[in-house]
Amino acid sequence: MWNQIGPAVRITLFFTVLTGIIYPLAITGVTQVIFPHQANGSLITSGGKVVGSRLIGQTFTKPEYFHSRPSAAGNGYDGTASTGSNLGPTNQKLADRVKADVAQFRKDNPHFTGPVPADLLTASGSGLDPDISPASAAAQIDRVASARRVDAAKLEPLIAEASKSRTLGFMGEPRVNVLQLNLALDRAFPRAATR
Amino acid sequence: MTASGIIEILIYFGVIVAITKPMGLFLVAVYDGRRTFLHPALRWLETVTYKSSGIREDEEQHWTRYSISLIAFSAISFLFVYVIQRLQAYLPLNPQNFGTPVMAPDLAFNTAVSFVTNTNWQSYSGESTLSYFVQMAALTVQNFCSGAAGMAVAVALVRGFSRQQTKTIGNFWVDLTRGTVYVLLPLSIIGALFLCSQGVIQNLKPNDVVTTLEGVKQVIPMGPVASQEAIKMVGTNGGGFFGANSAHPFENPTPFTNFIQLVMIFSIPAGLTYLFGRMVKDTRQGWALFATMSLLFLIGVFVCYPAEQHGNPILTNLGLESAATAGQAGGNMEGKEVRFGIATSALFTTVTTDASCGAVNNAHDSLTPLAGLVPLFNIETGEVIFGGVGAGLYGMLLFAIVAVFIAGLMVGRTPEYIGKKIEQKEVKMAMLALIATAASILIFAGLSSVIGFSKNGYWNPAGAAIANLTNNGPHGFSEILYAFASGAGNNGSAFAGINTNTPWYNLTLGLDMLIGRFLFIIPLLAAAGSLAAKKRIASTAGTFPTHGPLFVGLLAGVVVIVGALTYFPALALGPIVEHFLLESGKLFASLPFGGFWS
Repeated sequence: MWNQIGPAVRITLFFTVLTGIIYPLAITGVTQVIFPHQANGSLITSGGKVVGSRLIGQTFTKPEYFHSRPSAAGNGYDGTASTGSNLGPTNQKLADRVKADVAQFRKDNPHFTGPVPADLLTASGSGLDPDISPASAAAQIDRVASARRVDAAKLEPLIAEASKSRTLGFMGEPRVNVLQLNLALDRAFPRAATR
Repeated sequence: MTASGIIEILIYFGVIVAITKPMGLFLVAVYDGRRTFLHPALRWLETVTYKSSGIREDEEQHWTRYSISLIAFSAISFLFVYVIQRLQAYLPLNPQNFGTPVMAPDLAFNTAVSFVTNTNWQSYSGESTLSYFVQMAALTVQNFCSGAAGMAVAVALVRGFSRQQTKTIGNFWVDLTRGTVYVLLPLSIIGALFLCSQGVIQNLKPNDVVTTLEGVKQVIPMGPVASQEAIKMVGTNGGGFFGANSAHPFENPTPFTNFIQLVMIFSIPAGLTYLFGRMVKDTRQGWALFATMSLLFLIGVFVCYPAEQHGNPILTNLGLESAATAGQAGGNMEGKEVRFGIATSALFTTVTTDASCGAVNNAHDSLTPLAGLVPLFNIETGEVIFGGVGAGLYGMLLFAIVAVFIAGLMVGRTPEYIGKKIEQKEVKMAMLALIATAASILIFAGLSSVIGFSKNGYWNPAGAAIANLTNNGPHGFSEILYAFASGAGNNGSAFAGINTNTPWYNLTLGLDMLIGRFLFIIPLLAAAGSLAAKKRIASTAGTFPTHGPLFVGLLAGVVVIVGALTYFPALALGPIVEHFLLESGKLFASLPFGGFWS
């Protein structure tokens, strides 16, 4: 046993340097040069200020913005506490939360009838989901349009612009980036946003 | 289920079928020490490793020495990881100034065991606990080394079948080095660059604070994620940089990265089945294992996916859409990301537990009961459906030994596998490995369901061990069962609504992981040594063929039946009863907690 300790210590040290220091630092160096935008968080600037990351969702509460999904990360979209709700399907708390959110949603969006898109009132796995489904955007369009006093049809191109379809037609799901969409809204119809 | 969901699953499976042979051929060359296309670039690195570590490349080891080398390496690795964690406050690259108190001795023990055993169970949440230095120099290193060690064990066991009348099964240090240098490192470099190009972050900056559109401060986390993410998938480790793991947009930003991460998980395990066939000089034997794994994989994913698409009837009644429509995925979206939806999440859940990966792209705790049964059952049957790097192959070979033994009992002949007589020693070792793992899971899960401690005491400040649960009723029991299955199976995924960062859970889960790793590997190495010493006998008309559909059926049956016999009572108390309660609309109060059935 003891004569194997020597090689064990030496190879652990060697691999610590190789795979624990050289490898990540080399990847950092290379990616900072060839993919600096992605490597640093895909940050979005607006009016000279960083307003967030394209990949990290934000809380939206005002009627003139499209709303994100509920988030279990901290007090909502907390980047230091990524997590899902971890509520099981038979948890009373889950049913209560959804019930309250459905009621609130119906109140805020009286024009929308029919079942609420499943993603819009469920918490994501990360608590930082930047997207909602196209149906969830459509469900909110009348509310946003009337809050901004514009015709709902005028918002549709903005939604399309912030949307992505399935990669290569079969990977994942179609989605709308909420921050990108709301930024585009503020740009296209700024007056109402600053009320 | 949607057409695009089914197509994604089938295309994924097609990609795995396509890469199995080329990956396998490459692995054979690497472990045989033959020249590969990477040797001109990397042979020097292999040589430097041997020189700097005092390893003789041409030395062969007996199975006992091979085991001792593995244990010595794991023990030293454990010490390294433990000490680095405890000293993080005094080490560089700690921009968030995480101190030593958050890394208490029991948590550091659990985490060190976890990464050394290729489990990557996480009682902590990375973004609020660990410095970049710990993530890199402690955890990333073990992602490489524990993976390479698992592959080494698998190759040593295969040598037991392919060699004859010899006392040796290879050299652990050489196998470890070759797996790291030629396989894991190159794949990780390519993987990390690809992931970063899609949006996975890679920097050493402190967290960024931005002001959102509605004027709230939001922290954007930073760190060297891509380099850790790549090896986390390739080495089937699964320990995320962030708490949310591959659900986090900075770990897994797009459906494309998700697809590639899935391919990364199965690539080496699938290739190893071909390596097996090639090394025993009958590739049909490898494809038979591949077919068994594929069968079980497809069954699993097509149980999980429809269960999730069916959704949660309670939420459907409250007014949520459960059917998939053109504009939304429907189904059970609690705990899932919009970009992945139902199909891609169900596929990931199945793959990550078929393999002993344990990365998650959705919250397993929020799965519907039958969908949650799939990962739980996958882990409990030993993660032999492609499985972890190395661990999947040696686990499936263990079941093959059991399968030919059962077939032998039925016809009254001494069983043979790959021309080796399977005798008392091999069967005993296989059973020891199976029983040790099962006992660890069931005993610790049983204990944690009933044990109580004094409130605000050391062992479990909340008092009873079940007071750490988020969910009540059968789902709470599933959380405990899943935790210990995940530990002993060296998987590392979680029904995460259980706070395991207390001394009781950190220590029991740590022991659970050690038992699942070493009381599995060492009996198998003993079997390898015994097999290598035997003569290879020619097959006769009376030999049970182990390359046809009959064997595939038998082997798959043995995996399912052994798992079902061992775990059915526990599963009946967890996901199975929960399924019926859910369909009848039964709800359980959340905390404060008063026992399973309050």
